[in-house]
Amino acid sequence: MASPDATLHGVESILDIKGLTKIYPDGLKALDDVDLEVRRGEIFALLGPNGAGKTTLIGAVCGMVRPTNGTIHAFGHDTARDWRSARAKIGLVPQELGFDIFETVQRSVAFSRGLFGCPPDPARLEEILRSLSLWDKRDSQIRHLSGGMKRRVLIAKALAHDPELLFLDEPTAGVDVELRRDMWRLIEELRDGGTTIILTTHYIDEAEEMADRVGVIQDGRLLLVEEKHALIARMGRVEALFRLASPLAAIPPELATYPLSLTEGGTRLCYRGSGREADGEVAALVQAMVGAGVLFTSLDIHESSLEDVFVDLMESAR
Amino acid sequence: MNFNARGAWAIYKSELSRAWRAFFQTILSPVLTTSLYFIVFGAAIGGRIEQAGGVPYGAFIIPGLLLLTLLTETTTNASFGIFMPRFTGSIYELLSAPVGVAETLIGFVGAAATKSLIISTIILATATLFVDYTIIHPLWAICFIVMTAAAFALFGFIIGVWAEGFERLQIIPLVVLTPLTFLGGTFYSIEMLAEPWRTVALFNPVVYLVNGLRWTFYGTSDVDIAVSAGLTGLFLALCTGIIAWIFRTGWKLRS
Repeated sequence: MASPDATLHGVESILDIKGLTKIYPDGLKALDDVDLEVRRGEIFALLGPNGAGKTTLIGAVCGMVRPTNGTIHAFGHDTARDWRSARAKIGLVPQELGFDIFETVQRSVAFSRGLFGCPPDPARLEEILRSLSLWDKRDSQIRHLSGGMKRRVLIAKALAHDPELLFLDEPTAGVDVELRRDMWRLIEELRDGGTTIILTTHYIDEAEEMADRVGVIQDGRLLLVEEKHALIARMGRVEALFRLASPLAAIPPELATYPLSLTEGGTRLCYRGSGREADGEVAALVQAMVGAGVLFTSLDIHESSLEDVFVDLMESAR
Repeated sequence: MNFNARGAWAIYKSELSRAWRAFFQTILSPVLTTSLYFIVFGAAIGGRIEQAGGVPYGAFIIPGLLLLTLLTETTTNASFGIFMPRFTGSIYELLSAPVGVAETLIGFVGAAATKSLIISTIILATATLFVDYTIIHPLWAICFIVMTAAAFALFGFIIGVWAEGFERLQIIPLVVLTPLTFLGGTFYSIEMLAEPWRTVALFNPVVYLVNGLRWTFYGTSDVDIAVSAGLTGLFLALCTGIIAWIFRTGWKLRS
């Protein structure tokens, strides 16, 4: 399903999923023949409603979920056979907060580093804790931290072994605006440092803000994988609303070729275009209107976001 | 990477630090309980009881009491060790880390066994305050304690994976291990029992453990010492086999 993209051609793939299927013992098909390739250095957003299979997909790559079918290669290692080498390079920030709450921040993060086979490195540990504003809290027990701080600890633990591939499962679900901005900044920094990031979210603005490529998943099926801007350009819509100087009874024949509609008793003219050419078409439309003597007092242009694209996709998939 | 020694060490260290954090619960409380037994049965009542199994009663009960604590504490500690991450959700980290069955067992079971050895040492030291005793096969005693601690740490690990809640976690040590140990010749020699109870007692596996340890202390045993050692080894192997199966199938750990 992942079509080769000219702009990213030749970039090394570090995660290669083929035919991944997961059927739980109760018969639930959480993943249905998923093919996905993720390239080194990109931010990939896996977008989908709750229960779409995002967390199961992450679990299958990281080792919490045993695939029913299909293969996963991370850094060229088969995660079923050569799992030690694969896992050593992967970090995971889970959706749910889960840790030994009586442990201190510093010890908890140091534990994670050791668990992944890395030698202790106090300087690196300090760097990680400082970057997440956790340094002042390093000796606090995790149970004394706020929810947002706890989430930062999870990130610190995931970064403790300097993973080359980082999974963030709903990193900003239920966090405040400030932390959300911090999180986005951190993700940018990690990407600049060369870490490949796969995040799941059901907040579309998050994917829109950060992702290079987007995958849309629903009911365990990966509906599409596409470069974000291309997706918006291809699927996006442009809406232009003209407030007319004087009402029109009907659309003049000079404008008949444009996708137009008259509303509110002929006082508003609405343009709805889609695809790459829509922007240019609005400009042409304005010229044509002037030529036809249709005057307007205001113009409101709205370009659809990834959210509109997503909603359209979800609806058409049902 | 074939064996992640740092990973195993990280688990081991964190488990021991957990025990240290809960010092009163994991270390002090079992020592205190056992000391009470020494005072009541060893020093107070023991003086009025004749010799049992050829040694003074106070000394006779030491191996059994040690085992009583060893079995219940090791099982409980090891089961909590793996149950708590499952309960809090932090198990995701273990499952996604490059650690396999060997690292996990060395970490969790090793730490539980270590705690038990520390407790055993303190108990034996405490016992000298109340009772006169000497250990005639100290090396065998250490071997036997280490093997038993390892076996029941593995056993506890299995319970910790199997348990769905705190009740199930406690039920085996309370309902199975404690009664079997009390009835397993901790406070008496099974020679003192009348038939048919003497034969019934021979079906209690803990009888062989208690007598095995008692032999390393005083050189006397109600049962064949080879059977004791064999049964302990068998239990060790059985638990290891079950855990290997758990990891191969991901039972209750991986979905």
